[in-house]
Amino acid sequence: MKGTAGSKESNDCLITIESSVERKIEINSIVGVFFYDQILKVVEDTLDEQELYNVKVIVEDKGALDYTIKSRLLTAIERMREDV
Amino acid sequence: MFRSLLFIPGNNPSMLQNADVFLADAVIIDLEDAISIKEKDNARNLVHNYLTTSSVLPKQIVLRINSIDTVWYKKDLDLLKTNKINYLLIPKADSKTIIEVNEYLDTLFSNNNLDEIKLIALVETARGITEIDKFAENKRLCAILLGAEDLTNDLEIKRSETNQEIFYARSKVIFACATNKLISIDTPFTNINDIVGLEKDSAFSKSLGMKARACIHPNQLEIVNRIYSPSNEDINWALEVFKAHQANPNVGAFQLKGKMIDKPIIERAKKIIEKAKLFNLM
Repeated sequence: MKGTAGSKESNDCLITIESSVERKIEINSIVGVFFYDQILKVVEDTLDEQELYNVKVIVEDKGALDYTIKSRLLTAIERMREDV
Repeated sequence: MFRSLLFIPGNNPSMLQNADVFLADAVIIDLEDAISIKEKDNARNLVHNYLTTSSVLPKQIVLRINSIDTVWYKKDLDLLKTNKINYLLIPKADSKTIIEVNEYLDTLFSNNNLDEIKLIALVETARGITEIDKFAENKRLCAILLGAEDLTNDLEIKRSETNQEIFYARSKVIFACATNKLISIDTPFTNINDIVGLEKDSAFSKSLGMKARACIHPNQLEIVNRIYSPSNEDINWALEVFKAHQANPNVGAFQLKGKMIDKPIIERAKKIIEKAKLFNLM
């Protein structure tokens, strides 16, 4: 199962999520030096809310705000759940 | 009250995060034509999180939902639960559409204890123009926006620079709005590089009776705001009329600079002053 949402446009992010044996989060961000921890927290909090623990998430961030990251992740999760 | 309304694609984070800084009196967050079929879910999620977590939002938010014959429209209306949306823009508006949306909203509001909302009818079909006098009386309606691109498509005619082909539709919108105390909003001017054309066409639209205009690019806002605002000359005239009337409140008609002033003219002066105050022009 896999889901993708978002884009690599400025102020957006492209998020891919797929099933995994454990939770893995990979963040590639143009503002990662300053905001890596903040992006990681948004992703982890959203996965916790959705009770998803065995997934791999890749975030390719182009300066997205927190609500954009969260909404793209939620869409990717919905699309993963539909991908059966 | 509006002069300008700016369309913003609901799936565009850059535009959304700047929505509060544009000069528009209202922004129209678009979930319909600007969003491809595959991105409807993505846009709805983005708009939901934007509305619920942004600390600063535009002063007036309009949401353009998908049309009622699609599978998305009821999901779009769930965004009303954020209580951050001021107006709904109903595409392909005609009598049946307005009735159906109203019935669904009645249920949604009573089941969820939500704030009431005003509707803007987007009239963009021949049927919408034909039936406009019927649905313009609807209690939730506060404005009608003419959508000339879809309308001319429905009529199988081309848009021209003179816009003579939409004269009848513009007039229908203006008369229906004036009759029912609604705001008439003109169709966007689609050539975003033709600023002179925008100014000329907007001045003509205002002279017909349109009160506002939808915009598709931020660079159109300054001109549209200026054209649909009362001019300094109008404001000065209105103040003179108002002062003269206050000096003689019991006189039905009087002369000012050789011109007769009576009740309709005093009412017009009051409307100009009200608008000027609202838009901080005096």
